[in-house]
Amino acid sequence: MAKSSLDKKFDQIRKREEEKTFSTKKRSRIVNKFLNNRLAVLGLIIFTIIILASIFAPLLSPYDPMRVDLRSMRQPPSFDHWFGTDSTGRDVFTRVLFGGRVSIFIGLGSAILSAVVGIAVGCYAGYKGGWIDVIALRISEIFMSFPQIILVLLLVSITGQSLFNLMAIFILTGWGGMYRLARARMLSLREEEYVQALRSFGLSTFTICYKHMLPNALSPIMVNITLSTAMFILTEAGLSFLGLGVPLNIPTWGNILNVAQDILILQNYWWMWGPVGIVISVFVLCVNFIGDGLRDSTDPSQQG
Amino acid sequence: MKKEILKLRGVKVHFPVQAGVFNRVVGHVLAVDGVDLDIFRGEVLGLAGESGCGKTTLGKAILRLVEPTDGEVKYISKDDNETELTSLEKKDMDPFRKKLQIVFQDPHSSLNPSFTIFGSLQDPLKKFGIKSKEERRKIIGDLLEAVNMRREYMDRYPHEFSGGQRQRIGIVRALCLEPELIVCDEAVSALDVSIQAQVLKLLMQLKKEKNLTYLFITHDLSVTEYLCDRIAVMYLGRIVELCDSEDLYNNTLHPYSEALISAIPVADLDKQTKRIVLEGDVPSPVNPPKGCPFHPRCPKATDICKTEVPTLKKYSTNGNEHYASCHLIDLPEIS
Repeated sequence: MAKSSLDKKFDQIRKREEEKTFSTKKRSRIVNKFLNNRLAVLGLIIFTIIILASIFAPLLSPYDPMRVDLRSMRQPPSFDHWFGTDSTGRDVFTRVLFGGRVSIFIGLGSAILSAVVGIAVGCYAGYKGGWIDVIALRISEIFMSFPQIILVLLLVSITGQSLFNLMAIFILTGWGGMYRLARARMLSLREEEYVQALRSFGLSTFTICYKHMLPNALSPIMVNITLSTAMFILTEAGLSFLGLGVPLNIPTWGNILNVAQDILILQNYWWMWGPVGIVISVFVLCVNFIGDGLRDSTDPSQQG
Repeated sequence: MKKEILKLRGVKVHFPVQAGVFNRVVGHVLAVDGVDLDIFRGEVLGLAGESGCGKTTLGKAILRLVEPTDGEVKYISKDDNETELTSLEKKDMDPFRKKLQIVFQDPHSSLNPSFTIFGSLQDPLKKFGIKSKEERRKIIGDLLEAVNMRREYMDRYPHEFSGGQRQRIGIVRALCLEPELIVCDEAVSALDVSIQAQVLKLLMQLKKEKNLTYLFITHDLSVTEYLCDRIAVMYLGRIVELCDSEDLYNNTLHPYSEALISAIPVADLDKQTKRIVLEGDVPSPVNPPKGCPFHPRCPKATDICKTEVPTLKKYSTNGNEHYASCHLIDLPEIS
């Protein structure tokens, strides 16, 4: 009797397994799973394009983002000026590119740094428990109970507007969330039997909690990093729009949007605020897609 | 001559119960409440009892995965050196961690899902001085073959294995530092019956090959009968009966053990068994009953049981030592 096609397939698989050509894992499982998620890949592509465009901004645009050119004020989009020019004749496209540098730096930088702080504290305190945990928890509550805007106002009035003040505030108010996430994961993980097994070998606390437990706690943290990158970019835009964020002379996405406060510009010169608004939204959306993809691919219990 | 490997004296594990706004300690869970036990080299000691009686806690207290509140755990090495483990500093514990290992109950949470088998097993080896990667791979590979698994499996992830395979990997982990005593904490309870037999057989074979001692924690007396040299029955944090396993089935002294044994199903239609059904649940270990902890459920309880706590006394059945703690035993006590 002829073999069914299914049988043939199984024979092939068996043959390959015997020849040991089967498990040619060139890419890791996580990368494979991520690449299977189309939205995440799309997000990653656009994310990379925007970041590369910001980094290589001087190559892509002949203009200086800061140079005032009063002869070409408020020009609509054209071949010379892709996104038009603003009220002082600066090229909006160039400013969006250069603004991306600062905005992405602030968003990604604050998200990663606050995650590093949060994870470092949360893993150790969550695993160890006891008074270290209580103190860390209270400190994080104190920081989280301050409204961000008030803190920004305070710091801006004391030290003046600057990029690093803004980042410092984002980190101060942002690490608490990461800490809690990491701590909560560690609390449930530390009762797992593999952790107990490691303890029965007398391995050091650092090896157990940062090497063996952290990878299992990482997937919600990764998602949170991407989400808070998006949130920090939006907050920066919002604060700069209010004139509280990055000093106005530095182009950021928020500072470019700032001009839309003027009702005249909002109604008549859409190119001064429209494109940058779209860029912000697209970027934030992409970051969120990446976050989703990361969550699905790093979760070891989900097969794919 | 039998030699001890572990001596437990008055081991207690009490967990504080906190309540109220300020987390005041309002009581203690007496999970293990004064256990004296000798474990001899090369034996299989069964530790039986129903859920919540403190058997797992006792096993973990031996390895100091749970810190004992009180009491002594003495380890006696091959050349008769006694060391008291509970008072050691964390660092000084290391040489003994090598000797005492544990196999866990739940095969699904006992392996780290983010690491390959080799990845999660290599750190302990590294810590105990096996520096080269090839050597570590060889040790783990050899052990995998010893538990009838393929050497290549060490590069796979835990989710690629079945429950029985994972449990065997758990055994590999316990074996990798060549321990002398392994605490098997309900090591087969989570497996289905055919796999149970397979794993038990493997454990016994390994015991022979590597001269191991097992503390076999279980709630399944039908398993212990064939496996254990001696059996200790625990109730509410105390040992109520300790004897050779044959004596436990043939000359049961404690009414609680009697009830447990009567619950073992017998595959024989002609054999009439009298089923002793215990009323109620195990009393709360936060405030155990006065007198004998078993008296509220004991079918034979008398007045003395309600007031006086019985101690573990030594008797003799079939010429073997037989310990039990009950007021109602009418055998002569041996000193």
